[in-house]
Amino acid sequence: MKIVVAAVLVFLGTIGVATPAAAERLVVSLSNHHVMITSNYTGVELVLFGSVEGDAGAAAGRGSYDIVATITGPRQSLRTRRKSRVLGIWVNTASRTFVDPPSYLAVLSSRPLDAITSAENQRRLQLGIADTPLPELINNDIGEVSSDPFRAALLQLMRKHGLYKEESNAVTFLTPALFRAAISLPADVPIGSYEVDVKLFADGHLIAQTDSAFEIVKVGFEQFVVNAARQHGLLYGLATAMMALLTGWIASVAFRRD
Amino acid sequence: MQIYLPIADIPVNVFLVLAMGLAVGFISGMFGIGGGFLMTPLLIFIGVQPAVAVASVTTHVAASSFSGAIAYWRRKALDSTLALTLLGGGIFGSGAGVALFTWLRALDQLDLVIGLSYVTLLSVVGILMIAESARAIVRSRHGKPPELRRPGSHVWFHGLPLKLRFKRSKVYVSAIPVLAIGFIIGFIGAIMGIGGGFLLVPMLIYLVRVPTATVIGTSMVLTFITMASATVLHAATNHLVDAVLALILMVGGVIGAQFGAHAGQRIRGEWLRLFLGLLVFSVGLRFAFDLGVRPDDLYSIRFIGGEP
Repeated sequence: MKIVVAAVLVFLGTIGVATPAAAERLVVSLSNHHVMITSNYTGVELVLFGSVEGDAGAAAGRGSYDIVATITGPRQSLRTRRKSRVLGIWVNTASRTFVDPPSYLAVLSSRPLDAITSAENQRRLQLGIADTPLPELINNDIGEVSSDPFRAALLQLMRKHGLYKEESNAVTFLTPALFRAAISLPADVPIGSYEVDVKLFADGHLIAQTDSAFEIVKVGFEQFVVNAARQHGLLYGLATAMMALLTGWIASVAFRRD
Repeated sequence: MQIYLPIADIPVNVFLVLAMGLAVGFISGMFGIGGGFLMTPLLIFIGVQPAVAVASVTTHVAASSFSGAIAYWRRKALDSTLALTLLGGGIFGSGAGVALFTWLRALDQLDLVIGLSYVTLLSVVGILMIAESARAIVRSRHGKPPELRRPGSHVWFHGLPLKLRFKRSKVYVSAIPVLAIGFIIGFIGAIMGIGGGFLLVPMLIYLVRVPTATVIGTSMVLTFITMASATVLHAATNHLVDAVLALILMVGGVIGAQFGAHAGQRIRGEWLRLFLGLLVFSVGLRFAFDLGVRPDDLYSIRFIGGEP
């Protein structure tokens, strides 16, 4: 029995979760849990609020708190393709398939990650974009190839499109225990459910963790169009074609000169 | 004013898209073409995925060519027998084109094929048009009358069986080359998102010897039917037609076409063909540039599988 308890303690110690001394709790809330895409949607900004609850006694011995909030979008497989020159023209010749990487990934923190915790902790906690697992499909097997140029290209392209980002000054502490972070989502982020994972660090250690979620959905007309196009493709196509003919007919009547 | 496109999944400026519709509509009205070969690259340029652009432009071209076809029908300047025969081939062409489109998309080579088709088709047609119109201009400068087309000049396929008489066009020719032309136009149109008017008109004039009087009206009938069916096929198989995008484009397009048609009547035919040739050729060069020059980023991403 003693051995088991010791083993558990050792295990907890190595993964860095909630050391027995941690008395803090993390409470977070989002300004909006349902982002609705309507015809005038051009992106949205959500606010994450949070507070560190805990007895002053436990917190007294610590330095300041740090927060790392990771927002992960819906997962969708994708292919990274590389062009090379074939007979004088640039053609996609090689590709790698990534299995369910996040379509959106934002790592917001109160200070640079390296200042918050050690590189080893970052790797263990899969903190930050560089340490996020991105499994690839390799001959029907799924594996992680961290030195793959296709992986680097994927990260670089996702950063360029604003879909992956790391902001080391996005979380601000309003009081020593109260913080806020702005999550800005560009208009072209995928629809679906987003997970928000918030980690509290002090003195380089993870001391509390909580999560929340929000959803981006199409509503009203947009939803209707998408459903019609996906589920009733033929009818949708006929309706669109009729719309085209009607527009053409109206124009020919409106501009009739003879 | 921004509006969110439900299928393309991006917000666009309504006035920008409307202006693009107007500008392309003006050109298409002026030259009597659908304008898809200009609209598709413009949409790709503002960030619409190529596949959605191609599929949505077919709807836009259906609208503008339908309004054109009605105008020619009122003037009795179209040959419905010829249009129907071309259509017979065109429907199969569209079907084959949409099938190839779906297959190439799965192979990751759709963008390449769209690019290559634009380069070869536009530069060849552009050069031919420039050469032909330049000769006509030089001839008229020397005070010679414009060259008349001799109806008696036969080519090999005039000997083919299944001859049909196209009364309004005053030609008597085998149905096989007409069906083949229809097939080619439908096929190319579905893959490239173009009506193919700029291809069909010269093919009918030079190969089938259809008189200029009925050729544009006939081409518009064929264009609107093939593009309307391509819309239905694209919607049913690839779910890529953005009705909102298509509606904005077609409203701009049909209005622009009216002004374009007006402007076109004031320019002499050979100069009009020269301008169109230059335009077609420069779009072709633009695509050649994209294929031949090392891209800024060798890597690109494509999402696969179903919805997130």
